[in-house]
Amino acid sequence: MIDWQPLWLSLRLALITTTILLLLAIPLGYWLAYSRHRWKIAAEAVISLPMVLPPTVLGFYLLLAFSPSQGFGRWLDHHFNIRLAFTFPGLVIASLFYSLPFTVNPIVAGFRMLPADLRNASRTLGKSDWTTLVRILLPNIRASLITGAVLSFAHTIGEFGVVMMIGGGIPGQTRVASVALYDEVQSMNNGMANRYALVLLAFSFIILLLVYGINQQTGKSKTML
Amino acid sequence: MTDFDLAPDNLPNPPRAHIAADPKPFLQFKATKTLHTTSGPQLLDVRFELPKGGKLAIYGPSGAGKTTLLRILSGLTTATTGYIEVDGEVWLDTTRRIDLPTRHRSIGFVFQDFALFPHLTVRQQLEYARDKTTDGKIVAELLDLMELESLQHLRPALLSGGQQQRVALARAIARRPRLLLLDEPLSALDDEMRYKLQEYLLKIHLHYELTTLLVSHHLPEVLRLSDKVMVLEKGSVSREGSPSALFFAPSQNPSPAPFQTVGEITAIAFSEGNYIITVLCAGTLINVTLTAAQAAHLAIGKKVWVTSNDFHAVINPLV
Repeated sequence: MIDWQPLWLSLRLALITTTILLLLAIPLGYWLAYSRHRWKIAAEAVISLPMVLPPTVLGFYLLLAFSPSQGFGRWLDHHFNIRLAFTFPGLVIASLFYSLPFTVNPIVAGFRMLPADLRNASRTLGKSDWTTLVRILLPNIRASLITGAVLSFAHTIGEFGVVMMIGGGIPGQTRVASVALYDEVQSMNNGMANRYALVLLAFSFIILLLVYGINQQTGKSKTML
Repeated sequence: MTDFDLAPDNLPNPPRAHIAADPKPFLQFKATKTLHTTSGPQLLDVRFELPKGGKLAIYGPSGAGKTTLLRILSGLTTATTGYIEVDGEVWLDTTRRIDLPTRHRSIGFVFQDFALFPHLTVRQQLEYARDKTTDGKIVAELLDLMELESLQHLRPALLSGGQQQRVALARAIARRPRLLLLDEPLSALDDEMRYKLQEYLLKIHLHYELTTLLVSHHLPEVLRLSDKVMVLEKGSVSREGSPSALFFAPSQNPSPAPFQTVGEITAIAFSEGNYIITVLCAGTLINVTLTAAQAAHLAIGKKVWVTSNDFHAVINPLV
C-alpha cells in the first residue's frame, strides 16, 4: 500500500507556495511590466535565475542562509527562535524562490500584451492605479494569472533538488513525494517507487493539459513553457 | 448761470472706456517637448487659448505632434516645459513643478482605437466611467442619446466599428468632463459612418456644453466639427483661424450659397464636351457637370468645396 503522506505534503507545500506567490507576483509583475526603473533588467534576471540554475545551487545557498550557526539563520534563531533549515516553513521559502519565475513571467507577459491605452483610458476616466489594476487590468489577464498559478503549483510539486538540500527528507515534515520516490529507489523498493512515479506523472500531465487548454481558449499563448 | 450751464466740474465722472482685463480664457495651453520622429528629433512648441464651449480642431500631417499635444493636455505624456490652465485650475506648470496626474484632470478622452475595456458590457463601461458623486441617470441618458440601449448588454468584441465609437464617446462623457479630447476618433470608419458620427458629436457637444479639442487629418471632418482650426506642421502652429478663413481662397469666400459641402473627387468622366465630376460628400456621391476650363485644375483625390446657386453647382478646390 502506498504511503500517501508524502503526496499530501507535496500538495500542501504547492498550495501554500502558489497562494503566496500569486500575492507577490501581481505587484512584482506590474512593476516589471510598467516601470522604467534602471534596475528592472537586473531584477528580471534575478527572478528568472531559478529557471536556468541547477536547483542544488539554489538549495546550497539557501541552506547556508538558513544555517542557525551563522549570519541570517543565526539572527532568526537568536531573535525569533525560528529555524528554517530542515523544516516545512524552510521548504515553503525555498519553493517561493524556486517557482517565482513561473508565476511572475506569465503575469508580466499578460500585462505587456494589453494595449497601453487600456490603462490610459482608465486614468482619463479619473481612476486610480489601484482601481485600474483591480477592475480593468487583472480581469483582462485572467488567463495569465491562471497559467502562472497552475505552473507554479506543478513546478513546486515537481521540485527535487531544492527540497532535498533544504528539507533533508524528514518523514511528515519535509519528505515530499519526489523525495519519497528517491528514497524508495535507494532502498531497492521499485514497486513503491513506481507508484509514486505514476501518480506524479499523471498529475503533471493533467496540469499541462489544463494550461494548454486555457491558452487555447484565450487564443493566445501566454505560457513560459 | 442757467440750469443748463453745467460746468464740467459738476458733471459726474464721465464713463471711462471699459478696459477691464480680458476675462481669462477657459483653456490656456503652452508646452514644448522634443518629439522623436522618423526624420530625427523635432521640437514641439505650441501655445493656444480656447473659450468655454469652443470647438478647436488640430489639423496637420501625421508626425506633426497632434496626438502628443492631446496627450500633454491629458497628462499622459510629460512636457519639457509648459503651462496648462483649465477653468482657473492649473494642471501643469513646469516652473512651479505642478503636474496634475491624469486622473485628476477633468477630461474625456476618445482614443484612436477606442480603448474599450474588453471584459465590460456597454452599460458597464459607462457605469465604470461615471463619476460616482454625480447623478446615476447619466448612464441611461447617454445610452438613449447615442442610441445604444439595444446594445447595452453586449461586450465590445461583438460591436461594429461605428458602435464601438459611440460607446467610446459615451464613456468619455459619462463623467461630465470639462474638456472633451478626440484623437482621430473617426479615422477607422468609412465615410457614411463618419458622417453619422459627426452628427452624434455635434449633438453631444451642444447637449453637454462641452469644450472640445479634435485632432484630425480629415478635412471635411475639421470643417464640420470645429469653429477654430490650428494647423500643426513640424511641431509648431503654421496657421490658425476659422475653418472658412483658413481653407477657402478669399475670392470664393464668402458666398451665401443655399447649399455647400466639402468632399473629395472620386471620378472624372468626359461626356458630350463636358466633364462630369463625381464628388464624395458625407457619404453621398454628387455629380457636377463642368466645362473643360472649369475642370482644368481638378484631379481625382483632390479635396473640394461644392456650392450651388440657382441649380448651378460650382466646385472650388480647397487651398
